[in-house]
Amino acid sequence: MCVGSAAIELRGITKRFGNVVANSNVSLSVYGGEILSLLGENGSGKTTLMNMISGIYYPDEGQIFINGEEAVIRSPKDAFKYKIGMIHQHFKLIDVFSAAENVVLGLKEKGKYDIKTVSERVAEISEKYGFDINPDKKIYEMSVSEKQTVEIIKVLYRGADILILDEPTAVLTPQETQKLFTVLRKMREDGKAIIIITHKLHEVLSLSDRVAVLRKGEYIGTVETAKTDEAELTEMMVGKKIELNIERATPENPQDRLVVKNISCKNREGVNVLDEVSFTARSGEILGIAGIAGSGQRELLEAIAGLQHIDGGEIIYNNPKTGSADNLRDKTPLQIRELGVRLSFVPEDRLGMGLVGNMDIVDNMMLRSYRKGKSFFLERKAPKNLAETIIEQLEVVTPSAATPVRKLSGGNVQKVLVGREIAAAPTVLMAAYPVRGLDINSSYAIYNLLNQQKKNGVAVIFVGEDLDVLIELCDRIMVIGSGRVAGIVDGRTADKNKIGLMMTKTQGGNENEQ
Amino acid sequence: MSNNEKHIHEPLFHITKRSDIVWWKAWLIRLAAIVAALFVCAVVIVTITDYNPLQVYKTMIEGSFGSERKIWILLQNLAMLLCISLAVTPAFKMKFWNLGAEGQVLIGGLASAACMFYIKDSMPNWLLLLVMLFASILGGVIWGIIPAFFKANWGTNESLFTLMMNYVAIQLVSFFIMLWVPSGSSVMGVINQVTGSGWMPDLFGKKYLFNILIVAVLTVIMFVYLKFSKQGYEISVVGESENTARYIGINVKKVIIRTMIISGAVCGLAGFLLVSGTNHTISKELAGGMGFTAIMVSWLAKFNPIVMVITSFLIVFLQRGASEIATAFRLNESVADILTGIIIFFIIGCEFFINYQINRRSKQKEAK
Repeated sequence: MCVGSAAIELRGITKRFGNVVANSNVSLSVYGGEILSLLGENGSGKTTLMNMISGIYYPDEGQIFINGEEAVIRSPKDAFKYKIGMIHQHFKLIDVFSAAENVVLGLKEKGKYDIKTVSERVAEISEKYGFDINPDKKIYEMSVSEKQTVEIIKVLYRGADILILDEPTAVLTPQETQKLFTVLRKMREDGKAIIIITHKLHEVLSLSDRVAVLRKGEYIGTVETAKTDEAELTEMMVGKKIELNIERATPENPQDRLVVKNISCKNREGVNVLDEVSFTARSGEILGIAGIAGSGQRELLEAIAGLQHIDGGEIIYNNPKTGSADNLRDKTPLQIRELGVRLSFVPEDRLGMGLVGNMDIVDNMMLRSYRKGKSFFLERKAPKNLAETIIEQLEVVTPSAATPVRKLSGGNVQKVLVGREIAAAPTVLMAAYPVRGLDINSSYAIYNLLNQQKKNGVAVIFVGEDLDVLIELCDRIMVIGSGRVAGIVDGRTADKNKIGLMMTKTQGGNENEQ
Repeated sequence: MSNNEKHIHEPLFHITKRSDIVWWKAWLIRLAAIVAALFVCAVVIVTITDYNPLQVYKTMIEGSFGSERKIWILLQNLAMLLCISLAVTPAFKMKFWNLGAEGQVLIGGLASAACMFYIKDSMPNWLLLLVMLFASILGGVIWGIIPAFFKANWGTNESLFTLMMNYVAIQLVSFFIMLWVPSGSSVMGVINQVTGSGWMPDLFGKKYLFNILIVAVLTVIMFVYLKFSKQGYEISVVGESENTARYIGINVKKVIIRTMIISGAVCGLAGFLLVSGTNHTISKELAGGMGFTAIMVSWLAKFNPIVMVITSFLIVFLQRGASEIATAFRLNESVADILTGIIIFFIIGCEFFINYQINRRSKQKEAK
């Protein structure tokens, strides 16, 4: 309509899912040549809002204006028409295709299909913004960061002027994150409007021009990054000031509880996912495991839990009650339990492994304990009491204990799972990414629970992705890369950049190191 | 209006997933679906036959409830369909696609018929009945355990496997009929017509009451088993997520095999009831497609055995009604099938409206 209008402007957007209001009357705008961070706790409606801009959902109320004109975005195709491109958290690429082939996939261009021209144009875009990519490389040969680059080029190739990135740094190393930021800054100079969804405050501060904050689906406000700090943003986000420090007590009388010696295992393709991994988890201590996603963390924990077959090495558990040392290798989870090993495991895949989404909280409590007693029938009284205790003590927000867990929000799901695992009074507690996707309040609730277990003398193994958290929470941090131990550092003296380097160093080697 | 259109770009309807629905609302939707289905059926009836739809519906109801005999037949058919539905339910709850109920029932029936044919009246009837029951259940179990064993150990596709086992069962039945019928006719007459050996006795003078009572008891047992037993719980966990099952130390192989033993056993029982308590003979059409209809009954009831009483009643009522229309109006059987098809389509289709909500463009914005 008039010059100087926003590249994209939202007015009074509301979206409901059943009784849940995901977005309520949200209004915000982004101009060309700026980076806007969209900040908010989990479940604050960031992704929902962005999905409405990119045509995946349609708002129940409100309007969207693109360059001052009202726009109707009913499908991703419409969004593309308005030059909006979204880079999702989960990549939508075809593994056996090359980068260039993925870029043109689904695109109806006039003229002959000419992959060479496409490759040239991809190279052109790469050069313009400083991407580092080979257009002919197949997706399955790529690292996570390269895949993300392909996704970004895909939307640029389609001529997007408005880019939305949903938590793009979640899967990247610190070094890769810096590279991404450089690229984003170049795009800003080029006049693109960029919206980036993130949880990480320091990234918000270092990258964006303005920050828009959502809280529980409501728009709280937009501030200029230069005029704000972490404390203010946190306050806007959670509504009250919270301490950023994570408590860390000195371990008391640590004893070797779990000794892992030279374990190795291969995946289906015959590639070593774990390669001679050795470490010791001590009682009363939190051992952190740092590494890029997919470096063998999952296999390591599953091997200890008896879910993953290992080709070599041993896993020795020192039983504090009997004093005996048992080898857990090649034992099923049930056999491990029958040995008297009190091993609790909070897996990465909460609803796919740790819990059953369609079952209610009570039935999920029974997963660990339903075998108890000789009766043919289930005993639901104890699990019901446990469910109620956990709901009360961990402040799980749920209509009742009879609500299916899939209907709970991420943080509450995790509280139910961690609560159950802790209720088993473990001597070893393994937690894989226990705060992934959780808001700050829930994350701290989880840290507190882990710390409590540590004080009770439990050997806690914490696989994390946020290095700041690992450094603040853990007594020792084991860094792994490509299934190998890159080193074990003391959490009190650890240096973030050094850990980041250790993570990538072992990973590179034969692959292309950037 | 054209003025309005400029400003309103919202589509007239859009669909959102419901998070929850009150139970009575869900049933209201189902009722509405049946009413709508009857209306569409009426249109079809008028256009292709010229009969009065109300007359046709009345005949349909009469087909099921017209006389005491018809009511007993309805209950008997209901009991058999329900029995097979109960059989497939544990398997489907475990996400084991057992398409082999048809064959498992046939083999059960064949085992019973064989006992009747060979043992005749050389042992007391009660003992013969027990032997037949045992043989039938064993037959069903064998037919169920084979695909389960392969699935558990080598991950074979159970749908194809169970389906193929059906054909094996059909051929076996054909073979034995040829063997037993001296004339070489492919139809087996009533076995032990004179002595009645191996026939399920009447109860209080009612022919099918025994069958019906057995299935009624079985319904309650299955409900309790699935909901309150540890094994039923394991079935749910394996069905929902095999990863979770492994994680908590459930032996998935064992559960698959055990569950298919149960599923096959109940199918075998159904075969016994069909041969001993209903037909007193065996044919390739013993199960008559019920092994497949049962899957629909089970899914529609969301694997709840008590609700399955209602869903199987609905299906049987429609089938009985349809065949009554066909004879009463001398219509082609196909017309009756069309009507049944329409009604079932509406009943299944209405689940969409129970799970999703259609939102109209809000009025207040139109006013703007």
